[in-house]
Amino acid sequence: MVTTPRPIDALVIGGSAGALEVLMTVLPALPRDLSAAVVIVLHLAPHKPSYLRDVLSQRTALAVREPDDKEPMLPGTVYVGPPNYHLLIERNRTLALSVDDAVNFSRPSIDVLFESAAEALGPSVAGVLLTGANDDGARGLARIRASGGITVVQSPETASASAMPEAGIRAAAIDHVLPPERIGPLLVELAKRSGGSR
Amino acid sequence: MSAEEEHSALELGLLLEAIYQKYHYDFRQYAEASLRRRLSAALVQLRCATLSDLQRRVLHEPKAFSELLRFLTVQVSELFRDPPYYRAIRERVLPYLRTYPSIKIWVAGCSTGEEAYSLAIILQEEGLLDRAMIYATDINGESLRAAEAGVYQSDRFARFSENYLAAGGRGSLSEFYTANYASAVMDRSLRKAILFSDHSLATDSTFAEVELVSCRNVLIYFERELQERAIGVLRDSLCRKGFLGLGSKETLRFSAHAPAFTEFASDERIYQRI
Repeated sequence: MVTTPRPIDALVIGGSAGALEVLMTVLPALPRDLSAAVVIVLHLAPHKPSYLRDVLSQRTALAVREPDDKEPMLPGTVYVGPPNYHLLIERNRTLALSVDDAVNFSRPSIDVLFESAAEALGPSVAGVLLTGANDDGARGLARIRASGGITVVQSPETASASAMPEAGIRAAAIDHVLPPERIGPLLVELAKRSGGSR
Repeated sequence: MSAEEEHSALELGLLLEAIYQKYHYDFRQYAEASLRRRLSAALVQLRCATLSDLQRRVLHEPKAFSELLRFLTVQVSELFRDPPYYRAIRERVLPYLRTYPSIKIWVAGCSTGEEAYSLAIILQEEGLLDRAMIYATDINGESLRAAEAGVYQSDRFARFSENYLAAGGRGSLSEFYTANYASAVMDRSLRKAILFSDHSLATDSTFAEVELVSCRNVLIYFERELQERAIGVLRDSLCRKGFLGLGSKETLRFSAHAPAFTEFASDERIYQRI
């Protein structure tokens, strides 16, 4: 059987303290015709409007959206989780929101996004855990790996808060530990891989 | 689908079918991602290894079912959650409703009552509460009893008060509740205007004609087909030119019912029935 790796069509990214800055490095590397969707959850103040969409729009050729419930997840589009909601992915490739309790003191929670992505999309997901000050996202990363997806963690020495990437590395087998400037190019590679069985 | 996925889909389907047949609660068309998270939490709490174990327990132990129901239905909200929504209700919707001799409002999926009390407070401040009736419905009887009691933990009121002011509150939120050490009870004059009752958007139909339906962060838990059913029930409950308020990330954009409405306050997700 041919072992061409399966293409990644959902890139899920999570982070907390300092992660916005990292995204400013990662997103400009993504081309307009990226064949994967990018879904991002950052820990945000729950009761303030989020300017994340506007800030990120200025750094990428891709459309950036704060999705409504049941919005289809399209390739070449960046989705950012709205404050005070969890963001999840459904099997039918739509985005879903919930106001369930905070997980790891966070809503949105990275674990909620990652676990739903693993459940819904299995091996066609790559999970990327960035800088952050707690261990949200680590369990989710392990789930992504267990479902056959790819795991990526920002190298802790480049993180402004290393607790989150370190927790990721402890919790799961990590395929790529990279500094911010090498994460974007890797994501482009992963999205490009031609189809076939793994 | 792998064998394991097939198994897990089968277990989920059987559990929901069992709940429906035995207890007449219909979760069969709930959005799967959140439903699965809630069930995973319930498995831990009820000490079940698998959904099949859980199925056996809820079939044989009604108490286990009540506990599960809590996981599947209870949402904790806030008084005046999303202040811009309540500001729009006060400043843009009430001027219309004021022209009616009586005002009937339906809070669909009221959970523990925060949304219903928020609306009652606005009506009181606008001098409309004495000719208003708020129907507040939910499928969880325990939530309804809590909502009816109108008792919330005192430590939540700092946030509530901030929301109230951001929503255009005219005075002080403290005029509307009585605080005892750990808890506070909502004012009786508000409770009197709210009728709490059992209703399911999944299985019941319309029960009254109202001028405003507020249904916030309920539809996000439904799959598309069930959303359509629910929106149909909400639509049928609205008088001509009546208003429908949704959660801040909910939209009629993907619904076949969209042509029955116009966008009234688009940022606040308030629609008007044509």
